Amino acid sequence: MEYAFWVAAFTSIFAFGGWLAELSSFFSNRHLILTEIAWLGLFALSLDLILGYAGIISLGHAAFFGLGSYAAALFAKHAIINEPVLALIVSGCIAALLGFATSFLVLRGADLTRLMVTLGIALIMREIANQLPDLTGGADGLQGVTIAPVLGMFAFDIFGHVAYVYCLAVLFLLARRIVYSPFGLSLRAVKGNPLRSSLIGMSINSRLIAIYTLAAFYAGVAGALLAQTTAFASLDVFSFERSADLLLVLIIGGAGYLYGGLIGAVIFKLMQDWIANLTPQYWQFWIGLVLVLIVLIGRERIGLWFAMARSLAARALHSSDKSGASLLREQRNELHHASRWNGDIDHRSEARRSGGDH
Amino acid sequence: MTAALETIGLEKHFGGIAAVNQLSLAIAKGARHALIGPNGAGKTTVINLLTGVVRPSAGRIVLEGEDITKLDTHKRVQRGLARTFQINQLFLDLTPLETVGLAISERMGSGSHWWRLVGSSPAVTEEIVDILAQFHLSDVMYERTGNLPYGKQRLLEIALAIACRPRVLLLDEPAAGVPDAERHEILATVAALPADVSVLLIEHDMDIVFSFADRISVLVNGALFIDGAPEDVARDPRVKAVYLGESLNHAVEYETGRVG
Repeated sequence: MEYAFWVAAFTSIFAFGGWLAELSSFFSNRHLILTEIAWLGLFALSLDLILGYAGIISLGHAAFFGLGSYAAALFAKHAIINEPVLALIVSGCIAALLGFATSFLVLRGADLTRLMVTLGIALIMREIANQLPDLTGGADGLQGVTIAPVLGMFAFDIFGHVAYVYCLAVLFLLARRIVYSPFGLSLRAVKGNPLRSSLIGMSINSRLIAIYTLAAFYAGVAGALLAQTTAFASLDVFSFERSADLLLVLIIGGAGYLYGGLIGAVIFKLMQDWIANLTPQYWQFWIGLVLVLIVLIGRERIGLWFAMARSLAARALHSSDKSGASLLREQRNELHHASRWNGDIDHRSEARRSGGDH
Repeated sequence: MTAALETIGLEKHFGGIAAVNQLSLAIAKGARHALIGPNGAGKTTVINLLTGVVRPSAGRIVLEGEDITKLDTHKRVQRGLARTFQINQLFLDLTPLETVGLAISERMGSGSHWWRLVGSSPAVTEEIVDILAQFHLSDVMYERTGNLPYGKQRLLEIALAIACRPRVLLLDEPAAGVPDAERHEILATVAALPADVSVLLIEHDMDIVFSFADRISVLVNGALFIDGAPEDVARDPRVKAVYLGESLNHAVEYETGRVG
C-alpha cells in the first residue's frame, strides 16, 4: 500500500520534471501547483500530527505557518540567512518556539476551548504583523525578497523548486518515524483515552507539548516554503481562511494516517484548479459540496466502495474470491499493525476468540 | 510498620454533599482488603481520590510512607499505585498488544522515545507476551480492543493495571457485568495476583468479597462504618441492616437495644 503510494508520487514528480524540460511554457502553470501542493501537504501533515494523532483540534494553525513565512521572507530580504534550506529550518524552529510557548494554553480545556485559543493566537499574530509595518510591510506585505541558490549551487528557479520539493520527503520520513515510535503510539493512546493514559503512568502534558511544538515546526517550514517559492509574505499567511482550509484538506484526505494531508492537498489543489477553470466565481461552492458529501457518506464507506470496485475488477481479471469487505478489513489491519510488534512474536494465531463468545 | 497505602481524614465535597467524609483507612502491605458498601456510599470516589483523578477537599494520602496527596496521577502510578475501572477505560482503537505495551514502555521509561520503532525493544515485547498469556489474551492480541467481547475487555482492563507492576492495586468491581461463564476466568486472575501486591477490592458480590478478602471495610455515606476481619464484619448486625436497606438509625437503635 505505502510503496504503491510512493511509486505513484515519485513517478508523477519525475514525469512533471520531464514535461517541464519540454514544455516549460505550459507547465510552468502546473509547476506552481506542484509547489503549492508541497507546502499545503506539509502544512496538512503538521495539522495531522496534532489532530489525527494527538486529538488536538486547531483553528489557528496558520499562526505557525505565518510566522515561518515571515521569518523566511525576512531572512532572505535582509540577507540574514541566505541559504534557503538553512533558512527553512531556522524559520521552522522559530515557529516551534511559538508552538512551545502556546502549547501550555492548548493543554487547558477541551475541544471548544482549544478551538477558541488557537483561533485567538492566530488572530493575535496577524494583528502583530499588521502593527509592525516597518518590519513586515504591514498590509502591503513584505516585498523585494530574493532567494539565494539552494546550497549555493542550484538557482532558485522552476527546476530549483522541483529539486527543493524533494527535500520535503526527509521531513515526511521523520514524521513517519515519529508516529510509529513508542512516542507516536502514546499519542494515539492520549487521543483515545487521556484518563487511562495518565493512569498507566504517562505524563500526558509533556507528550502534548512535544507534539504541538513539533507540529508548529512543520507548519513553520511549510510557511517558509511558501514565502521562498513566491518571494513574498503578506498578512494573508495568518488568515483564518488558511487555518479553515487546512482542516478541509485534512478532512478530504483523512486524518490520523499521515498520508491524508498529502492526499488531501493533492485533491484540494487539483480540484481548486479544475473547478476554478470551469466556474471562476463559484469554485468554493463546489468544494463545499464535496466536503458535505464526504462527511455525509463517510470516508469509510467511500473506501469500501473503492475496495469493492477493486475486488470486482480483480475478480473479473483473476477470479479472486475476496469480497470488498474483507479487502477493506485487510487494509485496515495493515495500517493498524504498521506498528511493528508483529515480527517479534511468533505465535500469531488465526483462531479467534477461543471460547470467548457468549 | 507503615501501611502500603493510608488515608488520613480524607474528605471530598461535591457542592454541599460530602461524598467522602473523614475517611481514615489503612491498607496493610500484602493485604487483600475489600471496600464494600451500598450504592452511592462513595467507594469509587475513594479510588478516584487515591489515584488523583479527583482532588480531595481535605485530608492526606500516604503511599508507603510518602505523602502523595498533591502528586499528579501519572507520578502516583510510577510510584507503584495502579487501578482498574468499574466501567472499562481502554484504548478502543489499539490492540491488546499495543495497550499492554504502552504501560510497560511507560514503566521502563521508553514510552517517550521517538527515534525507535514500536516493538524494537525485546524486553518490552517479552513482557507483553507474558502478560497477555497470563490473562488469556494471546489469541486476540492483534484485534482491535473495541471489537473484543466484553469478558476479554475486562481481562485487558486488569492486565493493563498489572502491566504497571503495581505494589498497591485498586480493583473497582473487576467482575462487573461479566457473564457467569467468563466470571471465573477473571476471579482466577485476581486470586493469582502476586502475594506482595497489596490489593484494595471494591465489590458488590459478597461471595467474591468473603472468598478473597482478609480485611473488610464498610463505607456508608462516605464515612467508614466498620473496619475489621471478614468474620467480624459478617457477624455485625449493623452491616446486615445497611445491606438490607434499613436506615442507619434503625441499625443503631437495634445495636443499642441489644447492648442495653
